[in-house]
Amino acid sequence: MDRIPILKMGPFLLATIQVDMHDRLAMALQDDLTTRVVKDRARGVLIDISSLEMVDSFIGRMLANVAAMTRVLGAETVVVGMRPAVAITIVELGLSLANVRTALNVDKGMEVLLSQSETPAEEDGHGHPQG
Amino acid sequence: MDILRGETLELRTSQDIVRVRQTVRAWMVEMQFGLVDQTKMVTAASELARNAIDYGGGGSARLEALADGGRRGLRVLFEDHGPGIPDIELALKDGYTTDEGLGLGLGGSKRLVNEFDIWSVPGEGTRVTVVRWR
Amino acid sequence: MAASRATKLPEILAKSEINILQDWLNEQLAALSLRKDLLSESDLRRESAEFLSLLIKAAGAGKLTDITAQEWAAARDFLAGLSRSRATQGFTPTETAVFVFSLKQPLFAAVREAVGEDAAALADELWTATVLLDKLGLFTGETFQQSREEIIKRQQLEMLELSTPIIKIWEGILALPLIGTLDSARTQIVMESLLQAIVDTGSAIAILDITGVPAVDTLVAQHLLKTVSAARLMGAECVVSGVRPQIAQTMVHLGVAFGDVVTKASLADALAYAFKKAGLAVTRKQARD
Repeated sequence: MDRIPILKMGPFLLATIQVDMHDRLAMALQDDLTTRVVKDRARGVLIDISSLEMVDSFIGRMLANVAAMTRVLGAETVVVGMRPAVAITIVELGLSLANVRTALNVDKGMEVLLSQSETPAEEDGHGHPQG
Repeated sequence: MDILRGETLELRTSQDIVRVRQTVRAWMVEMQFGLVDQTKMVTAASELARNAIDYGGGGSARLEALADGGRRGLRVLFEDHGPGIPDIELALKDGYTTDEGLGLGLGGSKRLVNEFDIWSVPGEGTRVTVVRWR
Repeated sequence: MAASRATKLPEILAKSEINILQDWLNEQLAALSLRKDLLSESDLRRESAEFLSLLIKAAGAGKLTDITAQEWAAARDFLAGLSRSRATQGFTPTETAVFVFSLKQPLFAAVREAVGEDAAALADELWTATVLLDKLGLFTGETFQQSREEIIKRQQLEMLELSTPIIKIWEGILALPLIGTLDSARTQIVMESLLQAIVDTGSAIAILDITGVPAVDTLVAQHLLKTVSAARLMGAECVVSGVRPQIAQTMVHLGVAFGDVVTKASLADALAYAFKKAGLAVTRKQARD
């Protein structure tokens, strides 16, 4: 079975979903990302869904699971590039995805991850980096 | 009301769920549905196809292109001969959301379509019919 | 409505197809003398020939006057398509219905010739023919009406899109001033446009200004909230500005919770918030002495 490739970009991992995923492929991605976070000691994960024309409850749960699991493993996950029609549908469907961080595209997702990576000692009270 | 075209797809494996999505999408593109309408229907179809496989032990999805006077619609009937749903009211409630993994997600799917019909008898099976009009 | 004897109409239609078609075209061209600007003779000939052949096929299939039967599906589909195209081109309902009704005279002529001297048979066949064409004519009228309504609705939505511009205030910041009464359909369209604009411009902040909206009902409020949620899923934040006391009251009254959506009283406040979020600052230049 084909698996979705995961690229290492410095301290972060990037997975770009470009196919209409069947359930097993989604589960494989979930496993691979969590495995790689540990193996590569990644501090962040970007999942690019800008090619996905549909996100149903199964895929939504997979994304939420990845976010939760990587967080436990010390890495933040950002899902980027959700299409308007998909976003509208997810809202109507009732999927909350409340604990999944999102960004418009890979660049902005990186910004989120980079700003997250500042350790607390280097921030002022509002989370802004000092020095 | 007329049925202009019909096609039945088997629902056995998770690959079949993808096939249903792609077929529904293709039909709706040809019937010139808007993008948001397409996405809603394809998503509902994915949910219902998965239900038939995961809870119904497999079944079929029948697509039909409808013509009612001037308007066009797509109807999909999901059928399985599985254990059935003992309490349909409960299953349709939002408490049974896909979010919590309690499966079914029928309430959500209902919101994604224009017409939603469900028949289920424990021990006999389940039939869910959904329609989107253009 | 069973006839006392089997109708010969299907036979008559099939046998005299060519004559009926020619007579029918003559009838239509005489009536259409004012609309040659919209429809060419060759197009009319093609449409008439096609419909007549569908009519003959359906008539021959058995259920002659029940035009809701499956045997008549192709004929109905053709008439629906015809109505739609006539409606789009700007024909009147009468001009469109004439297509079917003008078939009566030629059909009656063919029946008279075939049945000839038998007065009772003639009356029966003419009656059957009338019933059939009336039903088809009414069907055409109805589908014409539906098409017209669809067209008007579509034009209204297009006008709404034009009247609700999405403004790029700054790099990464969009503003959408909503003006006038919002109804469910309009709000949906506008919101979809906003979400697309967010993607197209790569803007992470969108200001929805409802200063110009006199009232917000539950349905519209729900659409607004759904849009905010959808934007969030895409990675953008929506700020709602111009929430007047009356609207705030209505929403609380209706039990609509804005939750963690940022709301500001004025567009200026919303803009200040957006700049801050985007890491931008506006400074005053030093005045020269």
